[in-house]
Amino acid sequence: MINPIKVIGQLIVIGALFAGVAVLSNRPAYRQTPPGTGIIMLAFVHGADRRTECRRLTPGEIAKLAPNMRRTLDCPRERRPLFVELDVGGRTIYQASLRPSGIASDGPSRVYERFVMPAGQYDVAVRMRDTPRADGFDHERQEHVALATDQMLVIDFREETGEFVFH
Amino acid sequence: MIGAVRGVLLRGFELIERPFDRLFGPSLNPLAQLGALGFFFFWIVAVSGIYLFIFFDTGIERAYESVEHLTYAYWFHAGVMRSLHRYASDLMVVMVAAHLLREFAYDHYRGVRWFSWLTGLPIIWLLYACGITGYWLVWDKLARYVAITTSELLDYLPIFGEPIARNFISGGTLTSRFFTLMVFMHVAVPLFLLFIMWVHIIRISRPRVNPPRMLAALSLIALVGVSMWKPALSQGHVDLATAPVEIGLDWFYLPLYPLTDLWGKGAVWAFLGTFSIMIGLMPWLPPLRRARAAAVDLAHCNGCARCVDDCPYEAIRMVRRSDGLPFPTEAAVNPALCVSCGICVGACPSSTPFRRTHDLKTGIDLPDYSLADLRERTIAAAQALPGPTRVLVFACEHGGGAAYPGRVPLPCVAMAPPSLIDYVLSKKLADGVVVAGCAERACFNRLGIVLTEQRFAQQRDPYLRTRVPRDRVTTVWTSILEFGRFKKEFGRFAAKIAAFPPVQATPSPPPKKLLEIAARREPDLVENRDGPL
Repeated sequence: MINPIKVIGQLIVIGALFAGVAVLSNRPAYRQTPPGTGIIMLAFVHGADRRTECRRLTPGEIAKLAPNMRRTLDCPRERRPLFVELDVGGRTIYQASLRPSGIASDGPSRVYERFVMPAGQYDVAVRMRDTPRADGFDHERQEHVALATDQMLVIDFREETGEFVFH
Repeated sequence: MIGAVRGVLLRGFELIERPFDRLFGPSLNPLAQLGALGFFFFWIVAVSGIYLFIFFDTGIERAYESVEHLTYAYWFHAGVMRSLHRYASDLMVVMVAAHLLREFAYDHYRGVRWFSWLTGLPIIWLLYACGITGYWLVWDKLARYVAITTSELLDYLPIFGEPIARNFISGGTLTSRFFTLMVFMHVAVPLFLLFIMWVHIIRISRPRVNPPRMLAALSLIALVGVSMWKPALSQGHVDLATAPVEIGLDWFYLPLYPLTDLWGKGAVWAFLGTFSIMIGLMPWLPPLRRARAAAVDLAHCNGCARCVDDCPYEAIRMVRRSDGLPFPTEAAVNPALCVSCGICVGACPSSTPFRRTHDLKTGIDLPDYSLADLRERTIAAAQALPGPTRVLVFACEHGGGAAYPGRVPLPCVAMAPPSLIDYVLSKKLADGVVVAGCAERACFNRLGIVLTEQRFAQQRDPYLRTRVPRDRVTTVWTSILEFGRFKKEFGRFAAKIAAFPPVQATPSPPPKKLLEIAARREPDLVENRDGPL
């Protein structure tokens, strides 16, 4: 025999539990960065030059190769590390030598960094060296940006044009 | 250490379950139906998901718009379905987490139960994969946060050549086909989850995959009510120029995501790896206990298959007869699945203590605690009972009666064949019998309580014979932490028995040789005639 009062009590208890679950399914809100800040993302993939130049093989070396594998140039696959610097507001906040990816170190170098900054006006400069040169940079861009609260400014590098883009 | 944690958890569950028992009764107690409710919510998620798919568009812009359209334009059916989909998914996480903790607390994960425990681990991973891909599809601010954080976590592992998180931080890299892929994953992963859920219960006899109808109806009504009260909504269209910094997080599916900011991705992976390894190893961590599996004695087995019907672990199969006796089949035990609960001994029609033989045999028996041992212990315990009201207790070692000093211990109450109760009363070994098992909502061997009650009610072979006076037999179902309640129930029953005329000494007492053996085996019991309570 079903006791209606008991059933109502059971429904109230189950309903209360489910309501608690529904509330926790999107509350309390989570804030990833402090209020009044924005994010600068430095994120791109780029392969630096090969570590060593291609070398012309001697006739003896070519002769030692299998007939179907003969070539005149020996080009080692390994790439150089990529050197990247990021200045924000005249201060260097990121500086790294990024090793190439891959088991044979022949893949592109990757950078994916997030910087949480107070909202405001900044001079942002990004520099990259991808050749054997010892100093100086091969790619560089400087911009004055107004970083708004909760804005995500992404600094990318376009392989096709060989330049940094801010978006 | 593990035992201490288990003890604390067990007390916690007991504390919650008892009031639920009072309100719902043992059969409807949601905490005793966690696995079944998990299945129930899975089906709600599946049905509501199929319904939502009718309205969903996989385009990069259309995904969000289609979800908004179904939420507001068709709120009275598709909108409610969306909320059912969301909240039933969350409830599934709650059920799985509570089920895991409860099985751990009740020590239901060691020995042959390792299989169900271990296959529960991929269920957790797949459940989270389902939820995360689902959140991705809505393509609102939360979806972008989930996309970025998930891909950042995956990028931490040396799997992908390029950081996949780049696809979600700026425009132009994501195509509509990506959403087609996500829809495929959101369908394929739950199907695989269902398959693993089936594997999870494959070794369990008569698994509970459906909650009682009343509980299912109440849950569905409550779920619809909550969906109307607090509809699941999106959190605004993705804006690639802004960071998804403040989001309403689903704390059931995404509790680890904020930790990637606090701990770092490596620490989160380390946590997940350690958790998975710990869960995976737990069934084999000491102390390991393993009694020898039940053994069939073909000379006493007529292939009736009652042991097969009653085994809660699918550990017994009927196979072709191998000894030439004129029966088509015989029982065969798979030791890898047997937990030595003895339920098969209680089910066997050959298990009768009335046999006038010292070397008491039955068709299927426990090598470490045979029917002969049980009879001897029963006689010894009966001899030790204080008068004038002698009440004998058969106590499951996992129930509230396990601490009772003069008990006859059993791995499960259903190990005691009903003929043993008949034996005790007809031989006038005691004035009354208490059969004390686990709490009704948490039978350690799953079916021990049900089988015992059905046998006593003559609904299941072997029956408790009609000649056994029912007013001299009672059952007490209490958890191992409820010794006080057991004592109370025992006292009440003993008082009732005291009002009956005492039974006279039996004209055909147990064989003298058995009494001698019993005295040797349980000298304390035989000599200690003081009341245990």
